[in-house]
Amino acid sequence: MPKLPRPPPAREITPEPLYLRRREFLKSGALFAGTASAMGAGLIALSGGSRATPPPAASALPDLPPSAVPPGAPGSAASARSPFSTDEPPTPFGDVTTYNNFYELGLDKGDPAENAATLHPRPWTVELAGEIKTPRRVDIDTLLGWFAPEERIYRMRCVEAWSMVIPWLGFPLGDLIRRLEPTSRAKYISFTTLFDQQQLPGQRNPVLEWPYVEGLRLDEAMHPLAMLAVGLYGKALPGQNGAPLRLVVPWKYGFKGIKSIVRIALTEQRPRATWNEAAPTEYGFYANVNPAVPHPRWSQATERRIGDFGRRPTLPFNGYAEEVASLYAGMDLRQNY
Amino acid sequence: MRDLSLAAAPETRPRAPGAPRPARLGWLVPAVITGGLIPAASLALAAARGALGANPVAEVMNQLGILTLALLVASLAATPLKIVTGWTWPIRIRKTLGLLAFAYACAHFLVYAAVDQGLDLAAVADDIAERPFIFVGVAALLLLIPLAVTSTARMMKRLGNARWKRIHRMAYLAAALGVVHFVMRVKKDVTEPAIYGTVLGALLLVRIVDWARRRYGNR
Repeated sequence: MPKLPRPPPAREITPEPLYLRRREFLKSGALFAGTASAMGAGLIALSGGSRATPPPAASALPDLPPSAVPPGAPGSAASARSPFSTDEPPTPFGDVTTYNNFYELGLDKGDPAENAATLHPRPWTVELAGEIKTPRRVDIDTLLGWFAPEERIYRMRCVEAWSMVIPWLGFPLGDLIRRLEPTSRAKYISFTTLFDQQQLPGQRNPVLEWPYVEGLRLDEAMHPLAMLAVGLYGKALPGQNGAPLRLVVPWKYGFKGIKSIVRIALTEQRPRATWNEAAPTEYGFYANVNPAVPHPRWSQATERRIGDFGRRPTLPFNGYAEEVASLYAGMDLRQNY
Repeated sequence: MRDLSLAAAPETRPRAPGAPRPARLGWLVPAVITGGLIPAASLALAAARGALGANPVAEVMNQLGILTLALLVASLAATPLKIVTGWTWPIRIRKTLGLLAFAYACAHFLVYAAVDQGLDLAAVADDIAERPFIFVGVAALLLLIPLAVTSTARMMKRLGNARWKRIHRMAYLAAALGVVHFVMRVKKDVTEPAIYGTVLGALLLVRIVDWARRRYGNR
C-alpha cells in the first residue's frame, strides 16, 4: 500500500471561514485592482502624464543645400566662430526641436514637433512689399542664394521665463533690407507667417488672430544682431522651429521671433504685432528682455536655462545690452516694454 | 458573515440594533488611495528616466497642479453625486480624495519652492507678494490646511456636524482659487481651466438647488 504524503502543517491550512469567503475575496481583489488602475490611468490622462515625445535625432532632418551650409557650421570644416556668438554650451538639439511655442502647430510645447509634418517648407514664396524699390515675390531658394549663411550661437529668452542657447544658421536681416533698397518713408519692418489651415492646422483654433504678424523699428531691424534664420545645428530649420524662414532677435523675448515667414514689408506706420494686440498690457511692441519689468503675472527677474534645474538671473536685453542698449537711449523702458 | 475589508480594520463598534449592515465596499478606499498615488509613482518614474521633456521642472509642477485640482473637484463631487443618485459610496471616498488633493497640493508647492526657486525663501516671499498668480495658488493651499487637519472622525465629532460642515465649505473656495490660479498661469488658451471651472460650478449648483429645495420646497 503506497504511503500517503505527510499532511501539511496546521499553519498552512486555510482557515475555514476564509476558505468559505474565497469568492468574495477574489471579487474584492478584482474590484480593487480595476478601480485603482482605472483611477490611476484617468488621472494620468487628465494631467498629461501620458504624452511623451522622444527627441528626434539631428540626422532625421534634411540637409540644407550644400551652397547654404557655411564652412563654420557643425559637421563641416571648422572655421572662425562668429564674433556675435556666445560661448555658452548650446541647448541639446533634442530640446531645441521638441520644446516649442508655435501655436499654429499646437498649444503644448511638444505639439509642434509632433505635428510639423503638415508644414511643407518647399515650394515657398516670400512676398517683399511696402516701401522698397521693387516690391516682388521671390522663391525661398532664390532668396537664400542672395546671402552666404553663417552660424550664430544666440541666447533665446522666452517670455515664459525659460531660455535656450541655439546655434542658428542664417543671415543678417540688415543685409536683406539693404538689398531691398527701402524708400525714405520706410520706418518699420513687418513680417507675416503663412496662413494656411491645412499646413498650420492650429490656425483653426482662434486662440490668437491669424496669421501671426510681428514687426520691428527699422533701426532695430538693421542692427547686426538681428537675423533671419534658415537652419539650426547646421541643418535646415525643422517645421516646429519655423521652417523655412524665421526671425531671430536675441535681445527680445522669443515671441518676437516670427516663424514660417511669407511676407516682409517695410512700412511707414508701426506694424501690428500679434501678442501685443492679444494682450497689450502683458506683451509690448518692443518686448525687450528686461528683468526689471515683470510680466503682470510672473517675474522676469530669473529664468530657467533648459537643461538646468535651478534658475539664473535674467540679464537686461538678454545679455546683449552692450550691443543694443543705445537703440533705446532716452526711452522709458517701463512704458515701452 | 463579516464585512471583508482589505484594510483589515476590525469592526470595533458594534452596530446599533436594526442599523443596516455596512455595504461590502472594504476594497474601495484602499483602491482610491492606490489609484490616487499611481500618477505620483508614474511621474517619479518618468522624472528618473528623464522622460519629462526639455523642461522637467515645469512639467512636474504642471502635472502636480492638475492632479491637485482634479482630485479636489472629485472630492467635491461626492455629495452632489449622492444627492443626484442616492448612492452613498461617494461619501466613503470623499475624505480620501480630499486628502490626496492636499498631498498633491503640498508636493506642487514643494517642487515650486525647493526645485524651481531653489529654496530661495526671499524669492518665494517676493513671488507670493508680487505675483497675483502665485498668491492665489498659495491662498488655495493655505485654505486646504485646516480642512486636512479637521478631516478625521475625531475632529468631526469635536467640532460638531454643523461647524465642521461650515469649515469644509471652504473646499469650494479653495477649488475656485485653484481654477483662478490655473487661468492666470496659461498664456492664452483657457480651455482646460474653463472645464474645471464649469464642473465646479455645476457641482455647486447641485448643492444650491438641493439646499433651496430642502429650505423652501416640499419636504
